Amino acid sequence: MDVIRFRFDGRGIEAEQGQSIGAALIAAGYRSWRSTRRTGQPRGVFCGIGVCFDCLVTVNGSPNQRACLTEARHDDQVATQEGAGRDHLAG
Amino acid sequence: MEVARTTADVLVVGAGMVGAACAYYCSAAGLRVTVLDRAAIAGGTTSACEGNILVSDKEPGAELELALLSNRLWAALGAELGAASVELHHKGGVVVAKSPEAAGGLATLTAEQRRHGIEAVDVAPDRLFELEPNLAPDITAGAHYPQDMQVQPMLATAELLRRARRHGASVHTGTTVVEFLRGSGGEITGVRTDAPDVPTISAGWVINAAGSWGGSLAELAAAPIPVLPRKGFVLVTEPLPPVIHHKVYTAEYVANVASDDAALQTSVVVESTRAGTVLIGASRERVGFDRSVSIPVLRMLARQAIGVFPFLSDVALLRSYLGFRPYCPDHLPVIGADHRAPGLVHACGHEGAGIGLAAGTGHLIAQLLTDREPDLDLAPFHPARFQEVTT
Amino acid sequence: MTTSPAEPRYDVAVLGAGPAGLAAAVAAASTGSRVALIDSASRPGGQFWRHRAGDDGTRQLHWDTFRALRDALERVEHLAGHTVWHAERTEQGFTLHTVNGGAASEVACRTLIVATGAYDRQLPFPGWTLPGVFTAGGAQALLKGHGVLPGQRIVVAGTGPFLLPVAAGLAEAGARVLGVFEAGTPARFTRHPVTALGKLGEAVGYLRTLRRHRVPYRMRSAVVAAHGEATVRAAGVASLDARWRIVPGSTRTLDCDAVAVGYGFTPQLEIPLQLGCATRLDVDGSLVTRVDGQQRGTVPGVYVAGEACGVGGAGLSLVEGELAGLHAGYTTTDTRLNRRHIDRLLRRRAALRSFAAAMHEAYPVRRGWLGWLAEDTVICRCEEVTASEVRRSIVDLGATDPRAVKLYVRPGMGLCQGRMCGYATSWLTAQHHGRGVRQDDLLGMSSRPIAQPVSLGALSGHADD
Ligand SMILES: Cc1cc2nc3c(=O)[nH]c(=O)nc-3n(C[C@H](O)[C@H](O)[C@H](O)COP(=O)(O)OP(=O)(O)OC[C@H]3O[C@@H](n4cnc5c(N)ncnc54)[C@H](O)[C@@H]3O)c2cc1C
Ligand SMILES: Cc1cc2nc3c(=O)[nH]c(=O)nc-3n(C[C@H](O)[C@H](O)[C@H](O)COP(=O)(O)OP(=O)(O)OC[C@H]3O[C@@H](n4cnc5c(N)ncnc54)[C@H](O)[C@@H]3O)c2cc1C
Ligand code: FES
Repeated sequence: MDVIRFRFDGRGIEAEQGQSIGAALIAAGYRSWRSTRRTGQPRGVFCGIGVCFDCLVTVNGSPNQRACLTEARHDDQVATQEGAGRDHLAG
Repeated sequence: MEVARTTADVLVVGAGMVGAACAYYCSAAGLRVTVLDRAAIAGGTTSACEGNILVSDKEPGAELELALLSNRLWAALGAELGAASVELHHKGGVVVAKSPEAAGGLATLTAEQRRHGIEAVDVAPDRLFELEPNLAPDITAGAHYPQDMQVQPMLATAELLRRARRHGASVHTGTTVVEFLRGSGGEITGVRTDAPDVPTISAGWVINAAGSWGGSLAELAAAPIPVLPRKGFVLVTEPLPPVIHHKVYTAEYVANVASDDAALQTSVVVESTRAGTVLIGASRERVGFDRSVSIPVLRMLARQAIGVFPFLSDVALLRSYLGFRPYCPDHLPVIGADHRAPGLVHACGHEGAGIGLAAGTGHLIAQLLTDREPDLDLAPFHPARFQEVTT
Repeated sequence: MTTSPAEPRYDVAVLGAGPAGLAAAVAAASTGSRVALIDSASRPGGQFWRHRAGDDGTRQLHWDTFRALRDALERVEHLAGHTVWHAERTEQGFTLHTVNGGAASEVACRTLIVATGAYDRQLPFPGWTLPGVFTAGGAQALLKGHGVLPGQRIVVAGTGPFLLPVAAGLAEAGARVLGVFEAGTPARFTRHPVTALGKLGEAVGYLRTLRRHRVPYRMRSAVVAAHGEATVRAAGVASLDARWRIVPGSTRTLDCDAVAVGYGFTPQLEIPLQLGCATRLDVDGSLVTRVDGQQRGTVPGVYVAGEACGVGGAGLSLVEGELAGLHAGYTTTDTRLNRRHIDRLLRRRAALRSFAAAMHEAYPVRRGWLGWLAEDTVICRCEEVTASEVRRSIVDLGATDPRAVKLYVRPGMGLCQGRMCGYATSWLTAQHHGRGVRQDDLLGMSSRPIAQPVSLGALSGHADD
């Protein structure tokens, strides 16, 4: 099966075809890729099926994507998300 | 269960923003207060609004006077309750216009408002983008209203009732008024309820603070007043960093607020909350107490909001809610004693401004019930005005 | 209500492609109806048959049933990757508002079958927000759907028979499962007459797997704390008394790198609630949609099947789905109904439901869990609302129901819209007022006019007015 290669905070990650970004990150040894808005706590996958919204991540510049649902694609730029993930707007 | 024989100087029916303000000011004035609500604290329209305390959208007249009084009282309440505990924020309002006609209309309005004591500052486009950096580039004119504030209405209601309780007030939720009790002279002496723990409550005064249901409560006292529901939707976005700094709305808004048209009107109001969400309000429709969600209305609000803040296009809608503004045909609240039912005092019908106007209303009611000279002439709000119209 | 003069494109739209939805869609299509099957996932199967691209089904149960249903989808229009964010009644039936990626579209149908399933029910405990703590279903979804183990040393905890397949699956895939900590004492359950149904055989199989992998199964014990900084490093496991209070001095620490917890399931009800369907409180304390013998909800034209009308496992979901699909198909195509087949399905439904009820009775949530909470334990993960803030809103601000708690201090106001914290917030509020959790408590935390986030651009850009 084809291997998907994407980048997470600049580092190369491999995923199987059809795998979610969250699953690929866990397989690569990561547990969290977001910090909470109020207390800055780390968060990653919790429910794994798209209902808890804990696994939010920025994908190709779009914040708040659910990593457990979003299928990894070639050359995706995935980035850790701080807080609401739109700090550029607050400028 | 212990059945209390409850007696109060003042019985407030309705634990929304207006009822809470009445309870707060009356108890602070030394009156013994009891508050009843058939549901929960702040469970009515107070939990389905935006919490703006505005002077900017008021046209000169009695309502503006009440709004200016309320504005001062809210600032004092903020100091007393702790601004953070009720999320009171002196954020100011910004009104924007795109078309030359709207810009012209706005300039005329601000000039008029300044004559009546509103701080309304005409703002040149470049300065406008300093106030709100994310505004749409095609906005050509604007005005700044530094007096406008925002409060979290549910917290404000709960906090005012907490203070009232400290002044000796009692609050009974899940308790519906089913009948008014009358004395020998036909005067109202209290109410009967459906709650086994407080079957009757006698009181010197009964305040109708039942919001959009104030008409039905008045009916129960055989003293009808025309309070009707005007439905409104609000959209709530996902939480964002602080991106919108004022309450921002379009110049068409003022016209809609005062409109008599029953048909749907939307003129968007956009603002951030302390929690980070952006609220997008609010439609105005007279369709009775119809709770159904209307996608075309949500769509129109979304479209208009993007027109003011284009970045919102990528932002997710998280939820929506709807409420029923309590309105009277002349768009003024009903505040004052009802002579058809001595002992009954109305404090309802504040339409889309009941949060803001609650402070002034509670304060004036407390003055009225403690035989002090009210700070404002209550005549324009008097319940008798409807009879005068019909006869 | 929206008027859509055009005849709806579909006789039947089925929302959810899990066991219930698949069975419903195939049954409805067998009557000659024009059927759409809508699911946000890219592959059909729902939770039970969650699988990887190109999965051959080796580790799946009843895979033949799934294959047969999937093959029969030829006669059904499967709208994969479509998330329904709002359902609306129209004069002709219903309009489902969907998003697919960034694109909005509508699906119009005459009748609607809601088969939206359920998600894991959670009880908060100190440390449950640490990365590495997963829902039981989430741990399983990573494995079944993506071939990824959530950790190497895993603690499984919660209540209910679902913990068994989760633990067995993780162990079979090579993880070291340090134990299954079942808070209840389900021994009584095995004495129930309906356990003869065969479902028990499945459980025995899982227990055998666990034994083979030397995984201890402990009753009356729970994970009451998770420890670690950036990720979980250890779990605090305690013995419980019959009311689920921690037995003093019984807490021990297990070094682990993942915890999988679940206390039953919460049915996904936003769509039936948007449409105004009546609900009830089920034996397991969940809010579920009311349905009749034909799987009809209380709103004409709406059918509900599977966990959305009561948690009962994939077998029950299949039966209910088929019943709903046949009846919806019969009413829209006016074909004749095969009474004997329907009767057979109804008998099977009754047996499976009574089995499910017995199961729920054997695995109740006991109030002692409230004692696991520390003052600063987060109740609402999204808005980071703590137990003490929830209590403050009740004691100081006079909140009498969970909706008021939500309005004052925001549990349930975040992106998940109370799906994770609604149950716990209801418990906390009810306990303070000295009562049990009521239907109204759960309803106050379950109304979601927007079922899933949709961008304002997608909402506004799609003009139909
Ligand atoms: C979409 C929308 C946006 C709005 N935005 C703003 C804004 O930004 N700023 C602003 O100032 N205003 C705003 N408003 C208006 C504001 O919400 C109302 O004017 C205000 O909440 C009215 O408060 P109230 O206390 O009179 O009524 P409510 O909050 O409705 O309280 C009335 C209470 O009476 C109780 N009750 C009724 N009948 C009985 C009975 N027989 N026995 C016992 N109890 C009874 C009800 O349960 C209820 O709790 C908005 C309204 C809407 C709908
Ligand atoms: C994470 C998880 C894992 C589970 N694993 C197992 C297991 O291994 N073995 C077992 O016996 N039981 C398992 N269960 C229990 C499971 O719920 C039932 O066995 C069975 O899958 C229920 O079938 P259903 O058809 O009722 O619902 P589901 O299988 O849950 O199907 C519901 C479907 O509806 C879709 N959906 C819901 N809302 C929307 C919407 N708004 N828009 C679009 N699509 C939507 C979902 O994507 C889903 O595919 C699991 C439950 C969960 C939550
Ligand atoms: S892990 Fe819950 S939404 Fe992704």
